[in-house]
Amino acid sequence: MIELPPEAWEALRLSLKVSIVATVLSLPVAIWVAHILARGRFRGRGLLDALVHLPLVLPPVVTGYALLLLFSRSGPLGAVLEPLGLGLAFRWTGAALAAAIMGFPLIVRAIRLAFEAVDPKLEEAAATLGASPWRVWRTVTLPLAAPGVLAGATLGFAKAFGEFGATITFVASIPGETRTLPSAIYAFLQVPDGGAGLRGLVAIAVVVAVGAVLVSNWLAPRIAARVAGR
Amino acid sequence: MLDVSVQHRVGAFTLDVDLQTASGVTAVFGPSGAGKTTLARCVAGLTRPDTGRIAVDGRVVFDGDTDLPPHRRDIGYVFQEARLFPHLSVRANLMYGARRDMDPTDVANMLGIADLLDRRPGGLSGGEGARVAIGRALLRQPKLLIMDEPLAALDARRRETILPWLERLRGAGVPILYISHAIEEVARLADTLVLLREGRVVRAGPLTEILSDPEAAALMGPSQAGAVLEGDVIEVADGLAAIRTPAGVLHVAGVTGGRVRIRIRAEDVIVATQEPQGLSALNTLPAVIEAVQAGQGPGVMLRLQAGDGVLLARLTRRSFDRLGLGVGQKVWAVLKTSGVARSDVGGGS
Repeated sequence: MIELPPEAWEALRLSLKVSIVATVLSLPVAIWVAHILARGRFRGRGLLDALVHLPLVLPPVVTGYALLLLFSRSGPLGAVLEPLGLGLAFRWTGAALAAAIMGFPLIVRAIRLAFEAVDPKLEEAAATLGASPWRVWRTVTLPLAAPGVLAGATLGFAKAFGEFGATITFVASIPGETRTLPSAIYAFLQVPDGGAGLRGLVAIAVVVAVGAVLVSNWLAPRIAARVAGR
Repeated sequence: MLDVSVQHRVGAFTLDVDLQTASGVTAVFGPSGAGKTTLARCVAGLTRPDTGRIAVDGRVVFDGDTDLPPHRRDIGYVFQEARLFPHLSVRANLMYGARRDMDPTDVANMLGIADLLDRRPGGLSGGEGARVAIGRALLRQPKLLIMDEPLAALDARRRETILPWLERLRGAGVPILYISHAIEEVARLADTLVLLREGRVVRAGPLTEILSDPEAAALMGPSQAGAVLEGDVIEVADGLAAIRTPAGVLHVAGVTGGRVRIRIRAEDVIVATQEPQGLSALNTLPAVIEAVQAGQGPGVMLRLQAGDGVLLARLTRRSFDRLGLGVGQKVWAVLKTSGVARSDVGGGS
């Protein structure tokens, strides 16, 4: 077992919690947005597409700053949420939100491609068999897009796990609350005797990232085979 | 059963159809580009016509005010490609549109796919896939079943193996709208024939009547023409079945028994003015020329009354003139045995 200072373990636990919450909560929204981008024909589709991609192209620190403006005590959303005890700024929930937003475009892209690859002829056939549009979506479209959903979720999780810029800007780096693994690595870099903790955390980051890819690669062909009907 | 009056424009093509069908199998026959599939899709609700009215079994599914989505029309649709759901087993495919308490076994047995229920569609042959698609549409218990060239994607041999299954469907009682550009399929399956050309219905009526009408034959293309006779097998010997038809007894190979339907291509009927002697042909019937239709080109189409049956014969204009043929004349119709192609023999109604 790697010798790690307790604050490193704390950072790992926090990072896993933040990235899992971020992925699980953003997935349904991402599936919905990906579907309307893939299949919807409406005014403002281009605008929505651009908006979804914004966190991918903006400097993360700008995204983090925008979140801070929105959710700080004096911000329009923060002013409502803080008195209810639901404030996000400088809390781990804020870190999850930042991670979710940064991973969102990646998840949407992967799932959208999968939706676009589903043959509309099969959906037509389902409709002639008496299935309502919702049932067609649930029983044909979504299952056939499952490999893309998995790919998107993996990407989103990896992105959330490694998110640094927007997170540290929005929720700072409070040990035990918002000091995620990348923030902890950064903090160890700032102190002269942080070498052991630093190396351990970097190793863990590599293991988690590689692990996510391996799990995804193991699952993908199984899902693809199911979907292809073999 | 089905009452359609629709107008629909796609680019330069206009579909303008007015059609009423009875129960049984109605074939919509026409060359590609005639608008057959567009018509079928309008009926099923997959394409919205510009204007018109569609009623199925007395229920209006489309008119100015109503436009029921496909899943609320109670119309089954078998597409040219099987369109099976690849992520579901054959059983789950069959049951997709069925009531939960239904059992797919009977339909699976009827279509010969009972052994495939636990397989995935990815491993099925083209013919098996087509049968699953048909079973799936049947189990949905539609008020009307549309079959849009369900055999067109298969090779001739596979088509041959599926036609008998389709013939069984005739007995299943579901009204069928059968879209096809293959006259052999139509002649074997349909009760009513609708000729569609360039988006319009040019002829509609009982199959045997239209197929024995020289004018309709001209519309369908003379090489496709051929009358259909229905008859009962009375004896089988030397691999040949004797079939009693309204036109007389015919001897045909490859038939085992029961009631059958035979299409006799107009090209395969030879006309003689005297009873032929010393001919190898097995089937020779006395007949009277009822109508003569001279089309463009070198061909002449004759409608022959043989007993109570009708045959079509196609001759060259030169032979017609040389023999001095005319309406009312007594002739002998000589049918080459090979004139009754295996694929044109099928169980009748």
